[in-house]
Amino acid sequence: MSSCTIKLLGAGSADGGSSERVITLANDADPRELKLDGIERIDLQFPKFTDGRAFSQAFLLRRRLGFTGEIRATGDVLIDQLLQMLRCGFDAAVLRADQDPSLAKRQLERYPAFYQGDARTPAPHFGVA
Amino acid sequence: MYQYTEFDRHFVRQRAAQYRDQLERNLSGQLSDDDFRPLRLQNGWYVQRHAPMLRVAVPYGELSSAQLGVLAKIARDYDQPSQQVYDSAQEKQSLLGTAKLPTGYGHFTTRQNLQFNWIALADSADVMDLLASVDMHGIQTSGNCIRNITSDERAGIAADEIADPRPFAEIMRQWSTLHPEFAFLPRKFKIAISGAREDRAATAWHDVGLHLLRADDGSLGFKVMAGGGMGRTPLIASTLREFLPWNQILNYLEALVRVYNRWGRRDNMYKARIKILVKAEGQRFKDELEAEYQQIITHDGAPHTIPQAELDRVSASFVPPTLTAQHQPTVEAQSSPWSDADQLEYSRWLKQNVAPHQNPELRAVTLSFKRLGYAPGDATATQLDAAAQLAQDYSVGEARVTHDQNLLLPWVHSEQLPALWLAARQLGLARSNIRLLTDMIACPGGDFCGLANARSIPVAQAISERYQDMDELHDLGEIDLHISGCINSCGHHHSGHIGVLGVDKDGREWYQVSLGGSDGSTLSGKPVAGKVVGPSFEAAEVPEVIEALLDTYRRERLSGETLIATLHRVGIDLFKQAANSVRQNAATEAAAP
Repeated sequence: MSSCTIKLLGAGSADGGSSERVITLANDADPRELKLDGIERIDLQFPKFTDGRAFSQAFLLRRRLGFTGEIRATGDVLIDQLLQMLRCGFDAAVLRADQDPSLAKRQLERYPAFYQGDARTPAPHFGVA
Repeated sequence: MYQYTEFDRHFVRQRAAQYRDQLERNLSGQLSDDDFRPLRLQNGWYVQRHAPMLRVAVPYGELSSAQLGVLAKIARDYDQPSQQVYDSAQEKQSLLGTAKLPTGYGHFTTRQNLQFNWIALADSADVMDLLASVDMHGIQTSGNCIRNITSDERAGIAADEIADPRPFAEIMRQWSTLHPEFAFLPRKFKIAISGAREDRAATAWHDVGLHLLRADDGSLGFKVMAGGGMGRTPLIASTLREFLPWNQILNYLEALVRVYNRWGRRDNMYKARIKILVKAEGQRFKDELEAEYQQIITHDGAPHTIPQAELDRVSASFVPPTLTAQHQPTVEAQSSPWSDADQLEYSRWLKQNVAPHQNPELRAVTLSFKRLGYAPGDATATQLDAAAQLAQDYSVGEARVTHDQNLLLPWVHSEQLPALWLAARQLGLARSNIRLLTDMIACPGGDFCGLANARSIPVAQAISERYQDMDELHDLGEIDLHISGCINSCGHHHSGHIGVLGVDKDGREWYQVSLGGSDGSTLSGKPVAGKVVGPSFEAAEVPEVIEALLDTYRRERLSGETLIATLHRVGIDLFKQAANSVRQNAATEAAAP
């Protein structure tokens, strides 16, 4: 994995990014309809952490559309889903207020590798073995 | 069987460690019950009516003797409620009429998994470690993710096989394991794969059904179906691809699950399965799927195209075993003369429980876990140990969990059949009822399940008791009787020739009976949901309804005709009348002074 970290932001930073260079995308929107020129950051939403639509949006943005700016997870963001987010192409997450960031690190370092490819490491395990 | 690599082994251990971390945070109050629930579900941990339930993954049903041994140990040491938990559960069930809840056992499911019912959540991480010690886990046996992949119980041994589905099932298992994008789908997602002419995996009833087949030029591929499922809206899967080259299956599944993840409904859990999406969107869904698949190929570079080397690597685990000296046929069991009754019993067992094999010297033998005194598919710790030993002695250490909730021994030498029969009979696992009426499918129902509307086990028991006469049972022939305790349909009532569904009316248990369902096998015909015969029945009426239906069948059948064939020929009206007359009789009796 090229970069094994995801930037963790406190709940207060949810508002950040005033400019027109930041987009907030509803989780039922199609990211392929966005105009990405000049966009530096896209905020994706988890209304509930069990609503997994933003994982597919992040994958499409990163892999399909080649977006190189920041993809930020917002909403019901828990430390137990950070690894999934990282793998789908997120590079920042605004943790839910009650989450303890000090417990997040070990959730990210548990697995040395995975079976399937993802947005960061496109080749599956059988492709690198 | 698939042989775990160091990578696989380490992965499962890390998963157990991750689960322990989550459990400890939950128990110490750092992870709320609501936030923990989806995490424990994705490791197979439910909390049911009385206690937690663990669903252990048995990928495409294959188990080794060593694994069966550990499952026996878990049943013996952990499937044991505290006195307080047990007393409170028994008190609750006594009100419904259940005399004694069993403990210390495993339950084989229609999806070829195994469930425990009494393990304390505090012990759950220890149990995951025990499972990991024999390359087992509960990964994705629950939750809204890609579930355990099921297959033909005779995969790799079936005489009618086109290609062995197990290497593909294993490659798909690995691909779907902890897939980062597909862990929180709209709803659960079940895949079944078959590689034989006969469909023994009810593929058309799955979210995705796959059939291996060969094109005219001999190349291997899949027929791909999607959108089947039971529940409140029973639907048969539609064909998406008549032929997809085998090495494209992961790319295609990625496209399919991505479209489902983005488009599947999340506003109503009863409309969230992919079957609703496929039905509602029809061609639009298919177009989007094809477009996404093309993008994966052309833009993403088709990264999950399966290399021949990977198929070869995985297939090497599934080379048929050679029978070594210790597996040579024994003849001792045949030396003492058998009585006529034994001869008859044995010949019936050969007919029902023993199936042909790709290797003409070998047979596939089904151990029947459908017998009096036990719920369908239940195996005590002692029986699990005994089954492990039978697998060791007669089947090169391998067994399979079947879709019909039995255990199959896949590598039995034909000359060892008499010895195996005697050994299995001693254990009470040689009843010659496979595919007959009492080989019924039943869910745990209202005795254990938190979702059930009514109990399934007592209904199954009552029917088993009524049909103990083996002459009668064999005369009735092959019948699929499927019993579910609620509309979630874990007991597959929709696909039974006779289906029984538990419903709740005014806090009492009632049962709806349906007729003519099919799982898609040759015997049952085109896959279809059964038709309900009328208003629901009281529990006590159900065995009488079954009897009335079977009496009608016996009266109407042509020589050699099965129940389902008679139903197809005669239509269900006569049967309906017979069933409904039971209710009227009962009503009259009840009204009598």
